[in-house]
Amino acid sequence: MDVDGEKVVQIDRLCKIFKVGFWGRKVTAVDGLSLEVHRGEVFGFLGPNGAGKTTTIKMLMGLIYPSGGVASLFGRPVGDPSAKAKVGFLPEAPYFYAYLTSREFLRFYGHLFGFLGASLDKRINELLELVGMTHARDLQLRKFSKGMLQRVGIAQALINDPELVILDEPMSGLDPIGRKEVRDLILRLKESGKTVMFSSHILHDAELLCDRVAMIMKGRLVACGQVSDLINHGTTQEVEMVIDRLSPDGIEEIRPLATKLVLHGEQVMAVLASQRQVDEALDVLRAHKAKLISLIPHKASLEDLFIREAKGVQQATEVHA
Amino acid sequence: MKVLSIAVNTFRENLRDKLLYNLLIFALLMIGSSLILMRLTLGEFHRLILDIGLGSINFFGVLIAIFVGIGLVSKEIEKKTIYTIVSKPVARYQFLLGKYLGLSLTLLINTAIMAAGLLAVLSFQDVPIHAVLFKALGMIVLEFMVITAVALLFSTFSSATLSAILTLAIYVIGHLTKDLKAFGQKMEGVGRSVLEGMYYILPNLDRFNLKGNVTHQLDVPAGDLLMIAAYGMAYTAFLLTLASVIFQRRDFR
Repeated sequence: MDVDGEKVVQIDRLCKIFKVGFWGRKVTAVDGLSLEVHRGEVFGFLGPNGAGKTTTIKMLMGLIYPSGGVASLFGRPVGDPSAKAKVGFLPEAPYFYAYLTSREFLRFYGHLFGFLGASLDKRINELLELVGMTHARDLQLRKFSKGMLQRVGIAQALINDPELVILDEPMSGLDPIGRKEVRDLILRLKESGKTVMFSSHILHDAELLCDRVAMIMKGRLVACGQVSDLINHGTTQEVEMVIDRLSPDGIEEIRPLATKLVLHGEQVMAVLASQRQVDEALDVLRAHKAKLISLIPHKASLEDLFIREAKGVQQATEVHA
Repeated sequence: MKVLSIAVNTFRENLRDKLLYNLLIFALLMIGSSLILMRLTLGEFHRLILDIGLGSINFFGVLIAIFVGIGLVSKEIEKKTIYTIVSKPVARYQFLLGKYLGLSLTLLINTAIMAAGLLAVLSFQDVPIHAVLFKALGMIVLEFMVITAVALLFSTFSSATLSAILTLAIYVIGHLTKDLKAFGQKMEGVGRSVLEGMYYILPNLDRFNLKGNVTHQLDVPAGDLLMIAAYGMAYTAFLLTLASVIFQRRDFR
């Protein structure tokens, strides 16, 4: 069933409550989270540190058990071996068997899927090539840098040629070159028809890569959808207008409309907060026969959304308290 | 297959662990030292070599079983290496079983090396070697299997340090269960039931100790050996099942 929009990951009202400390104080890590990841998309799972991203991913991988709600992979409950066989997983800040060389390491994981012999060796060589680690194939993992570990970690996640790749913070701790390489790799995976779900708190990466994103804070979903929709939704977009040869009277008329006004020789730069003010400013321009040089909407970024939502959540909890 | 590859990987991990070699070297030194100690004793030096030899094999084997055994699972959880295993199509009990078999293989090979050392010393001193020696060595391996299972069980739910202490405690008490029973019989009421309960629940490790038979050249009938072996295996199976049940329910965080 390889139809567009098939749900590869389904999470329905998932909850996780941890008991911490000696007295078993209850801490809610994930709180009624619902979301879906469709086949073939790159899905960004965003949120600040401690939002519950890793906890959710661990529940998807069967590492911890949900306190409530259900999650499924390929329509099967999480933990089902046939679903696990189609998934590749890279944990956050991965630690691997330091005493193994890259090749032994990948061979071991291949064996766990029941792969053997020459075809496995071929696959290992391909993967080492893909992540650019061929030169270090006989080096023990204890001698690896963080970036190198991340790369063999990704190779490990791809050993079974998975349909779904789940990466937990794949870019964290990497230098700009390493991050770009991981980005390119994710795009290559998408091109080859794989579904990629990755968590990150680096929004720039998500903006460049993702078809859809979900943003969670304090274990709750605060936004989910296409990046462009999320950014535009409900935001009052600022517009920067540059005008030439506007008369002093015109300037005085525009001044109350603008949130910011800068005079620069013959030119005026005005920042306008909404569409209505832009319309009114244009009327002033026409009335005074001034020349419009440029009209640039300030593109909001995921970061703006992120900060806005974070503030919202904080205020909500303060009111609650 | 999956269990086997985890076992092989565990064995490889053990082989690249320096602790193992340190313990092995000490064990061989101890066995060799009986040659020197022998010069200080009058007569009976056959018994001395056998006593020290088997004692060293037992002692260092148990140390390996405990200190490598407790790391088997708790280290995997602490270092998060288990994340990538459990997320593959591997059941948790398969992981445990693989780890257990891997360490058992390590212990078996270690015991073989230490036994070879002892046999070398014995033949060097022209000490007659009886079949009961090999029976005793077999029982020592069986004891290691039980201890490893105990260490594995503890490490599925507690930290490495705590597991080491608990396993060591079980090892010591396991050799004193007879005293527990005898002590209990002198008591009354609750104390008696508690001690008798402990006698039946804790492993009776002294059953595996055939050192006395070796030094006094007393053969052990096959029926007895079979009973001890059955006891050891049943107890190990019980521990491993319990460990699997606990491990299955555990959250890795």
